[in-house]
Amino acid sequence: MKLRIWHSYQIATWQPNLWDVVAVLLLFLAFAFLSWGATQMTAPYQMGEALAVNLSPSALPYYILRTILRMLIAMFFALFFTFTLATLAAKNKHARHVIIPIIDILQSVPVLGFLSITIVGFISLFPNSLLGPECAAIFAIFTCQAWNIFLGFYQSLRTVPPLFEETAHVFQLSPWQKFWRLEVPFALPSLIWNMMISMSTSWFFVVASEAITVNKEKILLPGIGSYIGVAIMHQDIAAIVYAIIAMIIVILLYDQLVFRPLVNWSEKFKSGENEEPQTQSWILRFLHRTRLLKLIGELFAILFDEFVNLSFFQRKKSRKTISLDIPPFILKFIVYLWYFVIITLSLLGFILLMHFIYQTTSLTEILHVFTLGFYTTLRIMAVVIVCSVIWVPIGIWVGLRPRTAHYVQAIAQLFSAFPMNLLFPLVVIWILKYKLNFEIWCAPLMILGPQWYMLFNIIAGTSTIPQNLRHAAKNFGVTGFLWFRRFIFPVVFPYFITGAITTVGGAWNATIVAEIVNWGTTSLKASGLGSYITQVTAQGSFAKVALGLGVMCLYVLFFDHLVWQPLYNLAAKRT
Amino acid sequence: MANLIELRNIKKIFKKDAEQELLVLDNVSFSLKEGEILAIVGRSGSGKSTLLRIIAGLSKPSAGQALYQNEPITKPVPGISLVFQDFALMPWLTVLQNVELGLEALGVPRKERRQRALKAIDTIGLDGFESAFPKELSGGMQQRVGIARALVVEPEVLLMDEPFSSLDVLTADHLRSDLLDLWSDEKKKNNGILLVSHSIEEAILLADRIVVFGSNPGHVQAIVKVEIPHPRDETSPEFRKLVDRIYTLMTTEEKIIGKGKKEIDLGYRLPDAPISQLIGLIELIAEEQETDQAVDLPKIADELMLDIDDLLSLTEVLDILHLAKEAEGDIKLTEAGLQFEKADILLRKKIFATHLLMYVPLVRHIYNILNASHNQRVSKKHILTDLEEYLSKDDAQRVLRIIIEWGRYAELFAYDDSSEELNLENPE
Repeated sequence: MKLRIWHSYQIATWQPNLWDVVAVLLLFLAFAFLSWGATQMTAPYQMGEALAVNLSPSALPYYILRTILRMLIAMFFALFFTFTLATLAAKNKHARHVIIPIIDILQSVPVLGFLSITIVGFISLFPNSLLGPECAAIFAIFTCQAWNIFLGFYQSLRTVPPLFEETAHVFQLSPWQKFWRLEVPFALPSLIWNMMISMSTSWFFVVASEAITVNKEKILLPGIGSYIGVAIMHQDIAAIVYAIIAMIIVILLYDQLVFRPLVNWSEKFKSGENEEPQTQSWILRFLHRTRLLKLIGELFAILFDEFVNLSFFQRKKSRKTISLDIPPFILKFIVYLWYFVIITLSLLGFILLMHFIYQTTSLTEILHVFTLGFYTTLRIMAVVIVCSVIWVPIGIWVGLRPRTAHYVQAIAQLFSAFPMNLLFPLVVIWILKYKLNFEIWCAPLMILGPQWYMLFNIIAGTSTIPQNLRHAAKNFGVTGFLWFRRFIFPVVFPYFITGAITTVGGAWNATIVAEIVNWGTTSLKASGLGSYITQVTAQGSFAKVALGLGVMCLYVLFFDHLVWQPLYNLAAKRT
Repeated sequence: MANLIELRNIKKIFKKDAEQELLVLDNVSFSLKEGEILAIVGRSGSGKSTLLRIIAGLSKPSAGQALYQNEPITKPVPGISLVFQDFALMPWLTVLQNVELGLEALGVPRKERRQRALKAIDTIGLDGFESAFPKELSGGMQQRVGIARALVVEPEVLLMDEPFSSLDVLTADHLRSDLLDLWSDEKKKNNGILLVSHSIEEAILLADRIVVFGSNPGHVQAIVKVEIPHPRDETSPEFRKLVDRIYTLMTTEEKIIGKGKKEIDLGYRLPDAPISQLIGLIELIAEEQETDQAVDLPKIADELMLDIDDLLSLTEVLDILHLAKEAEGDIKLTEAGLQFEKADILLRKKIFATHLLMYVPLVRHIYNILNASHNQRVSKKHILTDLEEYLSKDDAQRVLRIIIEWGRYAELFAYDDSSEELNLENPE
């Protein structure tokens, strides 16, 4: 029998090539930047102290670095949160009954709401340091990243094919080994995809979460969000244009250097057979070409191997395991106790909240907020309809042309990552110039970002039509309205619904920044739930923030369960 | 010789709820001896796979015991490993990593793990594919990985659940003979193989003894010793004789139990039998059936390249419908069957409809409900609830799916998928 020591010959013959030098330099640079940025985060800080923001373009790279750092830290916590709690929810029925509904509701709370609620706590946690506001901002970014990663991972864990489960069982993997060898790899494509989408959406909220107002005190954390905020305050159009250009560059780099390589890499984990990789990545090809990085990759593989096989998590070797024999009635008792505690706590919370809101606000205020919610709903409905009328035909047209679709998809993907609130000032200038009615013209602002999801989905849906079906339709002379009704519509409808749901969700989130915008000292305000929440947050009135957020949640949940879910189910049944 | 695995009066009951129980295996006792290859054959639904899962420790018997090294099996143990029908390779792990999986679980150090895995890969003939991913491999190669993965942990007992049934005939042949070669090298170690097989020929080719399973509920009907020396020749007369004998055993079980004529009730677990296959089989039998001669089932299985359990499902249905008669490994069309074969499409539908109403109580039941209801409709749920009194949830759904297909073909009733209702209407 031949014996081989795996891969050692590669180490023996390793000679650096040019690619290695480039790669090492790049890596070194990235690490240096990140660690320097990290040291800046704990700088001493007193409340009320003004943080100067430099509007010169040369300061932008530093600000962007700080912003990216925040996003990465938030992502780390989002992953940790997902790996622990989503796993718990997937494995334990009783935990699931509590966790999933909570996540479902949190998902519909507009992200920026979290900021206003948590910032005070964080500041008191780290007095005299910038770490408090930093944590609050990171937490806000975390909340816009975590939920879809969480739900995606949870969904994957729940759908691990029983065959794999059995294999793991037959070969007696320990739970720890099973998690890393089976569950995480199975979930990886969806995990990576959701992570990347989360990173994209967080740009939008980063811009809004770095300039924090606490008790009428404005804290500007160094970052691109503050840069924009200050530029708006000073009515500095040039600075805004710099920020937009910088943002475009960053998003392009992110797409090429991070997004594509990761998605490309994760495609090998897909369980479907004979699937060609969808995404091409030159950076991944480049990394494959460097020898050193290949070695580093192998080193990581070995480390991961050791990590999976940590002896602490090994199944004990003896055939008889010491099973903890808890009598069933005690188990039952624990379960009942768990539900009792949960129900009591939520009732208590509900009563306290109601009491609090009732004490500090009035019934008229509550009614008023509901009316505002109605206005906002009208706006969202209107823009989504307009958006559908525009993008559905274009999407279908593009989707039917594979080559065009390829490019348009890539461009739309970039657009969707771009924080459209950077463009708000430009729109505001335009609105001010022509003295337009902001009650109406704030609506397009809401859809500026989320509209791309609609386009995405329509193109994706149309592209799924196989070539031979299209030929068949042509062959039988199916054209005109018949072509639309019997051919295109049934295929695209489910995708349209998915697109619409995402778009509406995005629009609700955007209301908070879109219904009230500033330019210098001028402030444009539309009556709606979003502007209400923004205003009461600035006033620091906790009860009203809670009221506004609660009402928004109700609206979102109401439409989710009464309109979108049934439509989605209908669409899902067709396919 | 000592027993590796000993089964004592195994009974398996699937509980649907507090009141309803479904007996899947009844009183199964046999043993796997050291150094032995034992094959299990039987109709679909005779609980063969359930039994294998019990031995693998994936499922617990409701009564009786499965013993390994004289200790009851309650969970998967290191000495027993399993080769899956659908390979069950992790698509994100390379061939090498897949093979290493079981060793990782045993806590084998990295270096030794790698050596043993490489050796197993070499042995099974996958040298050169170590770093490939499963989807790059053909089915036969994938199953080789499955076998290497099961062998690398050096099990005393190797369980195989229809390991060659997802492969094409040529590949399966090749892999089977490789397995035999491998086995004769290993035989000195006194390890045993327990194989659930989808084909009688395969069972005879490989096994020292064959356990023939009867169905409803699954029970051991006979244990047949194979005393043909290796290498066995499929065309030799003694081989053919054994094939015939096992077919006969499998098709005459009803008479042994003493039911005599087949009468089925509402809760009969109808086997899978798509219309097109039924018709195809009738036509084939008619072709083979010269004047009054009954047709040999093995011959048909060969010609159609059908798995034994699939073929027996079809013949069972023809038998129930009184379109053909199966007995002692033979099958013969009845008068009605011959008439059906000669008829045009409309007449065929009519004959099929009459026979369905006459011989399948469930069809009669549905038909009566539809005629009695004022709008000539009934929800699928309603029928399913009726069926679930007798069958498991999955089986009830499967049976109803077959019945709906038959009913649609016979134009006895229609089914609307969006409202999930059965009705008597003809589509406009």
